[in-house]
Amino acid sequence: MLQRIRNSPPRYWLVVVVILFFIGLPTVIGSFQASEWAQVLILAIAIMGLNILVGYSGQISLGHGAFMAIGAYASAILVHKYKMDYLVTIPIAGLLTGMIGFLFGVPALRLSALYLALATFALAVVTPSLIKRPAELTGGVQGIILPPIDPPPLASDAFTAVTGTAMTSDQWIYYVTLAFALVLFWLAWNLVRHRAGRAMRAIRDGEVAAAASGVNIAGYKTLAFGISALYAGIAGSLFGLAVGFVSPDTFPVALSIQLLVGTVVGGLASIPGPLIGAIFAYFLPIESNQWVPTQTWIPSQIASTVEKAGPAVTYGVVLILIMIFAPNGVVGLITAGYARLRRRLRGAADRDSGQMPPDPQTG
Amino acid sequence: MTKSGSHIAAIAAFLVGLAACGGSSTPAAQTDVGVTSNSILLGNTIAQSGPAAAYGTIANAELAYFTYINNTQGGVNGRKINFKILDDGYNPANTVTLTKQLVEQDQVFAMFSGLGTQDQTAVRDYLNSKKVPQLFVATGATTFMADYGKPSTADSSIKWNYSIGWQPPYQGEARIYAKDVLANHAGAKIGVLYQNDDYGQDYLKGLKDGLGSNASMIVDSESYDVTAASTVAQLVKLKASGADTLFLFTTPGFTIPALVTVTKLGWAPAIYLNSVSNPQVYMGIAKANGAALKNVTSVGYIKDPTDPQWASDSGMQLYKTVIANCTTCNVNDGFNIYGAAVAWTMVDVLKQAGSNMTRANVVSIATSGLNETNNPFLLPGVVVKTTSSDHFPITQEQVITWNGTGWTLQGSLIDERGTIK
Repeated sequence: MLQRIRNSPPRYWLVVVVILFFIGLPTVIGSFQASEWAQVLILAIAIMGLNILVGYSGQISLGHGAFMAIGAYASAILVHKYKMDYLVTIPIAGLLTGMIGFLFGVPALRLSALYLALATFALAVVTPSLIKRPAELTGGVQGIILPPIDPPPLASDAFTAVTGTAMTSDQWIYYVTLAFALVLFWLAWNLVRHRAGRAMRAIRDGEVAAAASGVNIAGYKTLAFGISALYAGIAGSLFGLAVGFVSPDTFPVALSIQLLVGTVVGGLASIPGPLIGAIFAYFLPIESNQWVPTQTWIPSQIASTVEKAGPAVTYGVVLILIMIFAPNGVVGLITAGYARLRRRLRGAADRDSGQMPPDPQTG
Repeated sequence: MTKSGSHIAAIAAFLVGLAACGGSSTPAAQTDVGVTSNSILLGNTIAQSGPAAAYGTIANAELAYFTYINNTQGGVNGRKINFKILDDGYNPANTVTLTKQLVEQDQVFAMFSGLGTQDQTAVRDYLNSKKVPQLFVATGATTFMADYGKPSTADSSIKWNYSIGWQPPYQGEARIYAKDVLANHAGAKIGVLYQNDDYGQDYLKGLKDGLGSNASMIVDSESYDVTAASTVAQLVKLKASGADTLFLFTTPGFTIPALVTVTKLGWAPAIYLNSVSNPQVYMGIAKANGAALKNVTSVGYIKDPTDPQWASDSGMQLYKTVIANCTTCNVNDGFNIYGAAVAWTMVDVLKQAGSNMTRANVVSIATSGLNETNNPFLLPGVVVKTTSSDHFPITQEQVITWNGTGWTLQGSLIDERGTIK
């Protein structure tokens, strides 16, 4: 065991540092920042789901905002109408959304990339309108307001012992989200390294070759869609609980695009990618919208365009830059940089010995 | 993989591109968070980007009025008003985050004139549980007036004591239309086009309540979603229903094409147009696109900057001085004088609060102690009033008709105070 820990690659240590960072974060930042970071983790979960679909199985979805909406409404209805405990509703919402995603995956896998993009885009467009119809159940256009969530005494006392201040609802939600994020990231990490993950990657890289090797293409594609929707459903459920309000307008088409941009920026087919993508997708529009108008050197014409179009402009600029300079996303950039650094440190000897730097795609 | 990855990235980039196009100082003085000896901080969330970005100018006009007060009067009781505006893009989830930021990080004294029914509903429980005033929300949704002081539907321990609207409730406006129809078009067959959300449904309810036993005059009502591309199909159906009077409970983006479509269909009904989209600027666009604009009726409660009868009015001249503080504001846009008018009420409340600048005192004045008879931007006679039993600040409106180039005031102010429960 000790031997295994000593021999573990440095990235395992990085994981431990990141987890400790996220556990300790709310004790040093305010309650409001904790609510922001909870949103980041929620986005990270949804992007992780999308990454399994897009990055690992090679299908595309522009409709994951809709799956988040389904998850959020499932939780909100169970809490509001059936007075169910909010914690119980999270996995239920996830499973329900996963099932819907699985069923959606059945016809969807008959479509090739572009048509699948359109079909899922249609899902994102139509869902907010559909939610309004059964007004009895969904609260119609007014949405559903959820009661504030109080932290349980045990967690609250532990938090007070560490920081000396009372735990707020936002800080508790943060920890709930963190717990779900850790489990879901660990599951994803396991998935992509085992049979199902290998099969998905085989399908992505060459359907015919995968079929020839005996991979059940239809099965794995639908499975990927189902798992991906399950992640989005849990993210949506947490999102509704964290915001304390769900309404059709909370899940615009732009949310689906935000998720896809986060996936691409973080790095496709990578486990840490979604986390980096989520930090980007969450903070960039907020920061840029508040930062750009304060900058006098930016021509007022451009500044007002950015203000009017909102986050879309900033997303666009950064996405283009990423595509040019880091086609494999931020994680790809870091992996490549790290490999180059190590090669330089070790000298040219390794190259002579024929050892190749790790492939950033699968690393 | 790199190939399919860049494909996906390209699609994402394209879609983003697509979206971007679319798209005091006395010893007894008391103060609260957000108030210092020389400043008061107010916060606001509004849509300055996205589908409802046209409303964004309201906050800029409000800021222009506060700047005017700070520059000419040194603020209120020696305190300058600082106003922080954040763009929520009309998305309630953003409103929640940004409101938390303003309350917890920026430590605002109060939220002022936040826009959007869903958006402001989303933060009502939060602000009331924190006892942060949610003053004069920019929506005519009846719930912000009618449900004052009631317990939250989600958590009965939270009472809605810190929230209040300002503008006339949508239901009250619709009741005025009902009166006008009954008086002037008693045999009318009414067709209604409404937006399928709380705003449109509020108007429809007001119309039905106002017609009362004559509600059967409504021969057809058709709805559309905000995400819809056009309302042509609904208008064709309304015409086919035999309606001779058309009600448009629609936002500007849908009103303009609807007015044009009616003319193109060769249909000439009497049109009742909700005040939300009656600024003269929008009527001009509809006209330029071929709308006949015959027999159009609406209501108003604010002076129209384009109406020549106010040219020498002192309130209108003050408005023009104020709006000069905002370089991006169109002086003719009715939304800007709305902003100046609601900011005038806010300053009035702060002046009344005097040295007792606490949240509780300011809220109590705003929700139960208002009696403004001299707001210079409102039509003469419009009173902004709240009492301990009446939390509808403005309830008077006047019928206006389109004269081809502008609106003409008809009759006198109609007061709907006390009719909406």
